[in-house]
Amino acid sequence: MKAIVDRKKCTVCGVCADVCPFGAILVGESSVEIRDECTLCGMCLDTCEFGALSLPEVGDGKTVDLAAFRGVWVFAEWRDGLVHKVSHELLGAGRKLADRRGVELSAILLGCSLGKDLTADLIAHGADIVYVVDRPELSRFTDEAYAKVLAELVRRNRPEILLAGATTIGRSFVPRVAATLQTGLTADCTELDISEEGLLLQTRPAFGGNVMATIICPNRRPQMATVRPKVMKPVKMPGHQGRVEIVEIPEECFKSRIEVLEVIPEKDQTAKLTEADVIVSGGRGLRKGENFALIQELAQLIKGAVGASRGAVEEGWIPPSHQVGQTGRTVAPSLYMAVGISGAIQHIVGMQGSKVIVAVNKDPLAPIFDVATYGVVADLFDFIPAFIRKIKQENNA
Amino acid sequence: MHIVVCIKQVPDTKNVRIDPDTHTLVRQGVESIVNPFDLFAVEAALRIKDQCGARVTVMTMGPPQADAALRDTLALGVDDAILLSDRAFAGSDTWATSTTLSAAIRKISDVDLILCGKQAIDGDTAQVGPEMATLLDIPYATFVKKIELLDGNGIKVTRQTDDGVEVWRTPTPALITVLKEVGEPRLPSLRHKMRAKKASIPVWGVAELGIDPNSVGLCGSFTQVVRVFSPERRKDRVLIEGSIENQVEQLYNYLKQTKVPGL
Repeated sequence: MKAIVDRKKCTVCGVCADVCPFGAILVGESSVEIRDECTLCGMCLDTCEFGALSLPEVGDGKTVDLAAFRGVWVFAEWRDGLVHKVSHELLGAGRKLADRRGVELSAILLGCSLGKDLTADLIAHGADIVYVVDRPELSRFTDEAYAKVLAELVRRNRPEILLAGATTIGRSFVPRVAATLQTGLTADCTELDISEEGLLLQTRPAFGGNVMATIICPNRRPQMATVRPKVMKPVKMPGHQGRVEIVEIPEECFKSRIEVLEVIPEKDQTAKLTEADVIVSGGRGLRKGENFALIQELAQLIKGAVGASRGAVEEGWIPPSHQVGQTGRTVAPSLYMAVGISGAIQHIVGMQGSKVIVAVNKDPLAPIFDVATYGVVADLFDFIPAFIRKIKQENNA
Repeated sequence: MHIVVCIKQVPDTKNVRIDPDTHTLVRQGVESIVNPFDLFAVEAALRIKDQCGARVTVMTMGPPQADAALRDTLALGVDDAILLSDRAFAGSDTWATSTTLSAAIRKISDVDLILCGKQAIDGDTAQVGPEMATLLDIPYATFVKKIELLDGNGIKVTRQTDDGVEVWRTPTPALITVLKEVGEPRLPSLRHKMRAKKASIPVWGVAELGIDPNSVGLCGSFTQVVRVFSPERRKDRVLIEGSIENQVEQLYNYLKQTKVPGL
C-alpha cells in the first residue's frame, strides 16, 4: 500500500517530492508516481495545496462494538505517597474529554496502602470515580503486574479512552496493556481533542519534532495514549464529588517474572530532568569540565536541574543521564537555558517543547537562536557570572 | 546463547528541516541510517558475545533497501541478518510491526534474548519492544543502561527511570530496550566489512512467516495518521544585544515579566 494521488486534483507541481523523507515520489511529465519506497508516513499530505494526496485507511476487519465502551480513564501515578504532577495534568485533559462526551472521568490507582489523601486529591482534580487496587505486590512498579491489573480493569469496565503519563513508568508498561487488549496506542501526545463521533484526535511530534502528526484509532477500544508531562493543564476542582471503588483482582494478575532487586532514588535533584520546571544546560562552549560549576551554580540559584548537550557528555564533563536531546532525554520545562550550546538538531528536538527558552552563545548565527525565546549573544564567561550576581543581588534586596 | 537485535532504518533527521519561508519540510538528499539507539543494542549484544560467547542475529522490517542497514551491522561483527520485507508490511503501526517481528522470532525459535534500542528517532514511540514481548509472552525491561548475565539463569539489568535507578532480575528468554550507556558502538573492522559485503541475507515476507497479510501492515494496524503538519514556529523571539550589564538587566526583566519559576 502507498499514498494515493488523485490525478484530477494533482497539478504535478512536485512540492510533495521535495518533502518525502524516503524519496518515494517520482514526478513525471504529466503525472506523479508513488513508488514502493512509500512507508505511508503521511509527511506529503499537508504540503499538497490541492488536496490531491491521501492515505489508504486501516483495515476494518477487527472492529469492536464501539458503543459498548464508555467513560474516560486516567492512570494515576504516585511518588512517595503523593499524586504525581502528570496525573493532575491528565485529569485536567481527561475532564475536558469526559465533559465533551457526557461521560464519567475515572482515575486508576494501583499500589499498596496508599492513603485516603491520594484518592481525595484525585477527586479534587476532577475524577468522578477512583478505582483502587491495593496489594503488596503493587508496592513497587513492575511492568507485568501493573499491566495485567490495568488490562483486567479495562476488560471489566470498558472505558472508551485510557490516558497515561509518558513517564518512564507509563511508556514502559502501557504498551503491554495495549497489546494485551489488542488496541491502538499513541505515544507521547502533546495535544488531545475529540471529534463529534468520539474519535480521540491524538497529536504528537514525529521525525524528531520536525512535524506533528494527528493519529486516530478508529476501530478498537479503548483509544489509548501516553501524554507528555508538563503539556496539559491541571484543573483544581475543590468541592468536586467523587466516589472510591476498591477492586478485588484475581491472584494470578499479581504474578511477575521480574524481580526488583534494588530501587535507588536519584538524590541529586539537579539530575531529575524530566520533572524539572527549570533546566540550565551546558555545551561544548564551556571548554572544560570544571566550567560546568558555572552551570551548576546558576541551576542551584534558580532551583533548576542541570542538563547537557551531547558534546559535553562526550567530553566526559558530565554523566550521560544529564544529556538532553535525541539520544538523551526529551524535556519541556517552563524555563530552559542553553549555555554554550550551538543547537544541533539532535539537541533541539529534546528541548524545543520548553515554554521559555534562553540561549547564551557567542556566535550570533548559532542555530540555537532559531528556537530561543530570548537570545543573548555574548561570551558565556562574561554573561553567566554577571547574571548570577544580578540574581543574588535581587534575591537579597 | 542466541541474541536477536531488532533494528530500524530511519531517515537521518539531521537532514530534515523546516523551510522558514514556505513552512514546509525540506529534505536535503535523504540519507538513511541505522537508528542510533539500535546501534547501542547491537553493541550490547556484541559485548555479551565477546565476554561469554553468543550468536548474534540482527533483524529489521522494512523496504528492500533496509538491507543496507543490516550489512552495516554485519560489518560490526554480527553473525547473521534477516530482512523482513513485503509490500503487505507497508503502513504498519506499532501493533502491526510487533505482530510481524514476533512472528519472525517464533520462526527463528531458539532465541534467549531480544535487544532493541529504546526508541526509533523517526517515530519516537518506544512501543515496539514492549508490544513484541507481550505478543511473545516474555518479560521485558525498558530504558536499560547496564546488562549483566548471571551465573546459572537470568539477567540482571540496571534501568534508568525518571526518579533514579532500578535493578531488576529477569529470567530468559527476555526482551531488553537499551540506552546509550550500554556502550558506544564499535567501528566496523575490515574483515567483517568484507564478510558483510558478501553475506547473503534471507528475506522473509508473509509467506515465509506464515501470517495472514491482513494481520499486518496498514490492514492489520489499529492506529492511523490522519494529518501531518509543521509545528508552529516561535513568533515571540527576542534577540538581546548590548553591553553585558545591559543584557543581564534585559534578560532578568524579561524572565521576571514572563513569571518563569526560579526567579
